[in-house]
Amino acid sequence: MPKSATVRIDQTRCIGSGQCVLAAPDVFDQSDDDGLGVVLVPEPPADLLPGVRDAVDRCPAGVVSLEE
Amino acid sequence: MTEAAVCPVPHENRVHPLGAPAGFEEAVSNGPVKMIWPNGVQAWVISSYAGVRQVLSDKRFSSMREGGPEMRTEGEPILGLKQPGNMNSMDGEEHLRLRRPLSRAFMVKKMNEMRPRIQQIVDDHLDAMERQGAPADLVSALCLPVPSLVIAELLGVSPEHQELFQSTAREMFGKNGSKEVYDAKAAELGEVLAKVADEKRASGTTDDMIGLMVNETDFDSEELMRLAIGLLAAGHETTSNFFGLFALTLFERPDQLEILQRDPSRADVMVEELLRYTIGRLGGAGLSRRAVEDVEVDGVTIKAGEWVTVTLRANLEEALCPNAGELDLERKAVAHLGFGFGPHQCLGANLARTELQILLRSLFTRFPNVRPAIPVTEMEFREDSITYGAAAIPVVW
Repeated sequence: MPKSATVRIDQTRCIGSGQCVLAAPDVFDQSDDDGLGVVLVPEPPADLLPGVRDAVDRCPAGVVSLEE
Repeated sequence: MTEAAVCPVPHENRVHPLGAPAGFEEAVSNGPVKMIWPNGVQAWVISSYAGVRQVLSDKRFSSMREGGPEMRTEGEPILGLKQPGNMNSMDGEEHLRLRRPLSRAFMVKKMNEMRPRIQQIVDDHLDAMERQGAPADLVSALCLPVPSLVIAELLGVSPEHQELFQSTAREMFGKNGSKEVYDAKAAELGEVLAKVADEKRASGTTDDMIGLMVNETDFDSEELMRLAIGLLAAGHETTSNFFGLFALTLFERPDQLEILQRDPSRADVMVEELLRYTIGRLGGAGLSRRAVEDVEVDGVTIKAGEWVTVTLRANLEEALCPNAGELDLERKAVAHLGFGFGPHQCLGANLARTELQILLRSLFTRFPNVRPAIPVTEMEFREDSITYGAAAIPVVW
């Protein structure tokens, strides 16, 4: 069984741009409390990984990471 | 290596109204180059995709730009001042303190909730265009009033002050205006907004941005005023100019317009391609930063204290996507730099996207034969503003 991938957001530097939500809406959301990015699916299945990689690339604050 | 010659930054005289200033592409084609701004300040210009992302996101470049390169030749700067509430000129925690509470109001889901209301505003203006009949000026009939009404609603300000919003925005972004005139406009608008802020304080609402700032943040009244004015101004000039530029771009490319009309449900993705392409094609240098220590970018060392600016011409680089120099509405969305990058990336990007998507889909499905009444090369463009766009776009249908 392949090792699962882990997604993280460093909330201390997140600016709440929502780019991750646009890139992978099934994996990310924004908190109603402060608008910052939250990870809905910390270990996303393979079919969601392209969107997550896009989110890592697009995040203007560079706070989304994917450990594969 | 030898030091490149320092040339004045090409910033006017576009060969084509939708293209870069004459001489700009040639000047930046061999990597980083130093240029002199109209106010006499020298700055490096970075034009590669990776270099632009680095400059806009690396902490070793500060956004505090007082004394930096300015397109304005006369009078004091307006935008680059270090003053309370000007988050564009702040770094780190100081910047996040102002930005974060506002980003809540631009959340993707909030923007999706606003779609029906924005659609209604767009439809009302298209109805009015139809009633009035051709020819119409797309800028005054659609491009300007739609974002203007939307940002006023988002802030929670009555649209009766629209003319004041628009004139303040023009002064704020003008290249040739005087700071005194801008200050007078901003003071007038500030009075209107102070009254609105008092009402929000009394009602305790957090349903709009002024209510949110008044009742849920620690912003003082000066910060609140400057932020509100900044949001109003930014919400007016940028989206309206770009929708006009999108329309002009498509008028020149019937093959691309056909792709939109064949499948308007893909308008959301097409907006990303139009942003990438139109902004990249306009080129020009704008956003500036200052190195706080020596940093290597694209093979040159930017020394501590030196100014650096980026050009979004980087959107046309092959490093971003294949055939980057071509407009291709069938392309999937790519990580373009149309809204900038880094912690200062456009705060209103998701609102602008939503508005542009609805405008694009609605105009070209409602008026499938809409076309310019005069050639684009005969239209008047706003070279006097740092937010470039067409002054008027006469159309028939």
